[in-house]
Amino acid sequence: MTEILIKNGFVVDPLNKINCEKMDIAIKNGKVVAKVNEKNAQVIDAAGLTVMAGGVDIHSHVAGAEVNMGRMIRPEDHYKDPVRKTALTRCGTGYSIPSTFVTGYRYSEMGYTSVFNGSVAALKAKHAHEELNDIPLMDKATYILTGDWWFVLENLAKGDVDECARLVAWLMRATKGYAIKIVNPGGLESWGFGRNVHSIDDPVPNFGITPREIMRGLIKVNKKLNMPHTIHLHTNNLGVPGNYQTTLDTMKAFEDLSTDGKPVAHITHIQFASFKGENWGKFKSGAEEIAKYMNAHNHMTLDMGQVTFSDTTTMTADGPFEFSLYELGGHNKWVNSDVETESSGGIIPFHYKKNSPVNALQWSIGLEIALLIKDPWKIFMTTDHPNGGPFYDYPKVLAWLYSKKAREATLKKCHKSAKKKSLLPSIDRELSLYEIAIMTRAGTAKALGLPDKGHLGVGADADVAIFNINPETLDISQKFRTARKAFANAAYTIKDGTIVVKDGQVVNSQIPGRTFWVDAETKDPCKIDDEMKRKFRDYWTIEFENYPVTDHYVKVSDRLERKASV
Amino acid sequence: MSKIINNVVCPICGCLCDDLEVTVKNNEIVKMKNGCAVCEAKMVHGYKSEERILKPMIRKNGKLEPVSMDEAVKKAAQILTDAKYPLLFGWSSTVNEAQRIGVELAEELGSALDNCCSVCHGPSVMATQEVGIPAATLGQIRHRADLIVYWACNPWTSHPRHVERYTAFTDGRFEGSEWKSYMNKMKASASRKKMDIASKRIEREEAQINPQVEVNGPPPQTLQKPGRKMIVVDVRKTMSAEAADYFMQIEPNRDYDVIEALRCIVQDQELDVEKVGGVPVEYLREVADAMMKCEFGVIYFGLGMTQSLGRFRNIEVAIALARDLNRKTKFIISPMRGHFNVTGANQVFAWQTGYPYAIDFSQGYPQFNPGENTAVDLLKREDNDATLVISADPGAHFPSVVMKNMMKHPLITINPDMNAISRLGDVVFPTQWCGIEYVGTAYRMDSVPITLKKVVEAPPGVLTDEELLSKILAEVREIKKKRGLPVGLTEQKIVHTEPIEPPRVCPAPVTKPKPKKVVKKKKEAA
Amino acid sequence: MVEQKLRATLITGRTIEQGVGKELGKGSVEYYDSCAVCFFDKSDMQKIGIKNGSTVKVTSKYGSVIVKAQRYPWGTNPGMVFIPCGSWANCITGDETFSMGMPLFKGFPVEVESAPNQPVLTLDELLLKQFGRNSL
Repeated sequence: MTEILIKNGFVVDPLNKINCEKMDIAIKNGKVVAKVNEKNAQVIDAAGLTVMAGGVDIHSHVAGAEVNMGRMIRPEDHYKDPVRKTALTRCGTGYSIPSTFVTGYRYSEMGYTSVFNGSVAALKAKHAHEELNDIPLMDKATYILTGDWWFVLENLAKGDVDECARLVAWLMRATKGYAIKIVNPGGLESWGFGRNVHSIDDPVPNFGITPREIMRGLIKVNKKLNMPHTIHLHTNNLGVPGNYQTTLDTMKAFEDLSTDGKPVAHITHIQFASFKGENWGKFKSGAEEIAKYMNAHNHMTLDMGQVTFSDTTTMTADGPFEFSLYELGGHNKWVNSDVETESSGGIIPFHYKKNSPVNALQWSIGLEIALLIKDPWKIFMTTDHPNGGPFYDYPKVLAWLYSKKAREATLKKCHKSAKKKSLLPSIDRELSLYEIAIMTRAGTAKALGLPDKGHLGVGADADVAIFNINPETLDISQKFRTARKAFANAAYTIKDGTIVVKDGQVVNSQIPGRTFWVDAETKDPCKIDDEMKRKFRDYWTIEFENYPVTDHYVKVSDRLERKASV
Repeated sequence: MSKIINNVVCPICGCLCDDLEVTVKNNEIVKMKNGCAVCEAKMVHGYKSEERILKPMIRKNGKLEPVSMDEAVKKAAQILTDAKYPLLFGWSSTVNEAQRIGVELAEELGSALDNCCSVCHGPSVMATQEVGIPAATLGQIRHRADLIVYWACNPWTSHPRHVERYTAFTDGRFEGSEWKSYMNKMKASASRKKMDIASKRIEREEAQINPQVEVNGPPPQTLQKPGRKMIVVDVRKTMSAEAADYFMQIEPNRDYDVIEALRCIVQDQELDVEKVGGVPVEYLREVADAMMKCEFGVIYFGLGMTQSLGRFRNIEVAIALARDLNRKTKFIISPMRGHFNVTGANQVFAWQTGYPYAIDFSQGYPQFNPGENTAVDLLKREDNDATLVISADPGAHFPSVVMKNMMKHPLITINPDMNAISRLGDVVFPTQWCGIEYVGTAYRMDSVPITLKKVVEAPPGVLTDEELLSKILAEVREIKKKRGLPVGLTEQKIVHTEPIEPPRVCPAPVTKPKPKKVVKKKKEAA
Repeated sequence: MVEQKLRATLITGRTIEQGVGKELGKGSVEYYDSCAVCFFDKSDMQKIGIKNGSTVKVTSKYGSVIVKAQRYPWGTNPGMVFIPCGSWANCITGDETFSMGMPLFKGFPVEVESAPNQPVLTLDELLLKQFGRNSL
């Protein structure tokens, strides 16, 4: 294996408290090491460049049934973005839902090296893994929709958290999943008959349980299983005006569950859950309330779900939400995809426009929350790809975060009512490279429980991104476009100790990346007896034996073993 | 020594029943339980019939002659690279793992790539691209649906276990099976028939022949009662229609009109006609009523819609009807996908290229244009100058008029047995039966992935589709290299990135307790 | 009164027998028996004077084929004939796709006439006749 020495770069490594210090990073056998023999090593002269760990995306829909359905129904989305085959890379298409190979290449070109797939129904987990295998250059993992899995609902309704934990441990192993994903808890089951829940205390029809009980139960399960990540939550009432109250209720409901000051839940795409006002006409930002709460509490982490003003495709397991979006009118394509016994789903193509008062304010809300929450370890940068915008709009989002000038330039073009309601003019905060590194790699790696990611200390995975930004000479807040360009085209991306991108171009497409999955070892395994198999046959339309994702579905497997306390 | 293998998946239709019990003796399947008649035909008899191809063949002087695998692969690669614009067609009866290589081969050749979807549910895909689709997996129907409509399809023959496993005759959590009431109905109708025959004997009268189109009776009162109801809409009466609570017969090519009329009724609009597509409007009203009043309804549609006049417009309006109904109740609509992995072909093509079928790689990037890049249209225009057919039989299922054009150019076929297209091939490859002789992934009609099992060993020397395509692809790259043309990279064998220098010490401990990380050694994915 | 020709609408599609036949092998007797047939309404059969098992010639704009006649077992459908999908049906299906990729498989006009003593070709004979080659 090659040795690499990155010399004289400005290293930004928040996990090791290194802020723009000029130093060398040595790489050997896919790991960061203390030093290498300079004579044998490939030397990268990083003088005048910024060196960070490879980006870790905590929430992005890159693979699975929902994503692929989005691809299938949107040929018009691909027409505008064909990607040619080269001697090194496969061909494909963009735009809002790029084909798998293109997804890998484009992430890598931005200096990202890991991506965590937003949600997958367990029944279709094989599909997600097949696609993840076709995303090169990235480490990846997928969250499994657990919140409306019938076994979870039944056991939590009974109050049997331990048995629920054993079943979830089995589920994670069976689906090669990484974390417990909860989407609109209770709402997805209700949607089976076309209904929904509207608060965290609404009863779920036929199951005698409430969303509050589901979420709290699964947090306990998550703790008992000692999962690396917290629960990953998409809140009730997502995308509904006035839902910031539901979000606050949800956060308050978990306060007592954090005992050691550590986060117990991650609320994803918070922007969509921070709407104020009784209806769309009176639509306002709830960012202030959410940020205020977050600044006073430490038991949650968030990601942005930033809107980027593009013609994109919304997709979520929240079937009722997509239907209400369809009902708002103006949309012709509506896909609903319920999954028996566990989930639902929906897709609607959506064009976020600056001249729409609602869309423009949504853009503002995402940034407001990110900027008003003082601690960058609590909120991470995402667009909920492709829901708020495609992931390759990340450099744009970063520019809005580190440059008030960039925000003003965009706000100027926004609808006047949004301009009036936006809190952005009152916010002067501009993020530093250090804070950006937290929001894009260090913080996400920490929240995900990945000790070898997100930093460049000795022993870390040799996933490195080098950007053409000289912190001594370039004022990123003023020259935001220059910096944006640098973030869009990494000078170098190193994956597992191999240079895969140079000057924003893929130079090696043959690094497959690993798939992380969690194997929580419980003291007693869950009972898989004939009774269980019979139940399985009743609940699903496939046999118990054919449900799990077998080993060969994971191209390069990286099993994270955890000791559970049940 | 015989052994019984459970939960075997049936590799025939889009139902992908996974509860077969197969008995294997001396590397032969001797018995199969739970499957339908078609399944039995393939799993117990068909797969080992005399029609099985065991050696590659090349047509020399009009006759197919056995050759070595290497010679056949070389010849096939030669044909494909010599051609200016080959067509790679089929893919619906093979597994995802092979389809993946297929896309890479098409990309390398700059060829056209199409799957059987273009002659079955291609129009359904097009309609979905126009208006989306409210769909659900089959279990959702089993648990919840109290109204099941089969439109222009005959599940009893094309998906024999669909009704018993997934819809009307199955027990779900919230809805029960209607099998008993069906049996009662059948008994009643049998005794009625006996009475009829008896009374005719007494009267000694000839049964009258009705020269007119059969006028359907009105929907029975039972359509408004609780419990599961099944409606069949078709241009002809079928076995499925016989089992339904109500059969609505419509004139051929009038699906669009009838569905649009239903939409009007659902949206409370006046219909100023007496009949639509041969059906009196008052009957349509009652059907629409049943649709609006149900708790959870579903429309399954078949090729009667996609192949009739209007093609994808029929589906589009049907989807629109289901969408409208979602304002009143819960309503789902889904296509009855035919071959066991035609859905998988759409999925694999879509995630690798962005498009589900009808793809053209001639410009170096994928382009999609059904009606232009679809196999039948290409052949009709005589655009392609070589064809590779894999796991499909256009020899029997394409109109002869277009097949004649295919036969003007070299033809390579990859099929386990001598179907019509293999009989016509210039280079004829044998291959293993997926789901019988090798493992792979297939997608059920509702896009649920299921792993096909291996139950017997393949005959010696016969490769899997994936192995064979990889060989052809490697040979194509070899030839292109010799000609000085740029070629793509062959996917490397996975070298596992195992930590070499344990233990790892993190300078800034991120979580404690630190997880023990075990990297599992893995064989290369098959 | 027996007429010369029956003008009818053709539908092609699956039958369970065709499904079994194709899985047993395209060269099997079962496939031949299940696919080289055309189903008629009883009244239409009387119109052109044919019985179960008579050979008939079905002709469309795109070609013609000889198959055996059979009475359609369900309901009444005068004016409609049905041939199970397969090599025989596809001798007469059309290449018109209306630029949607899907050729004419269902719902187009054909003419049927009685063709006594004309042979119903086997698959190999049919392929030889249509395309000038087969596997023999």
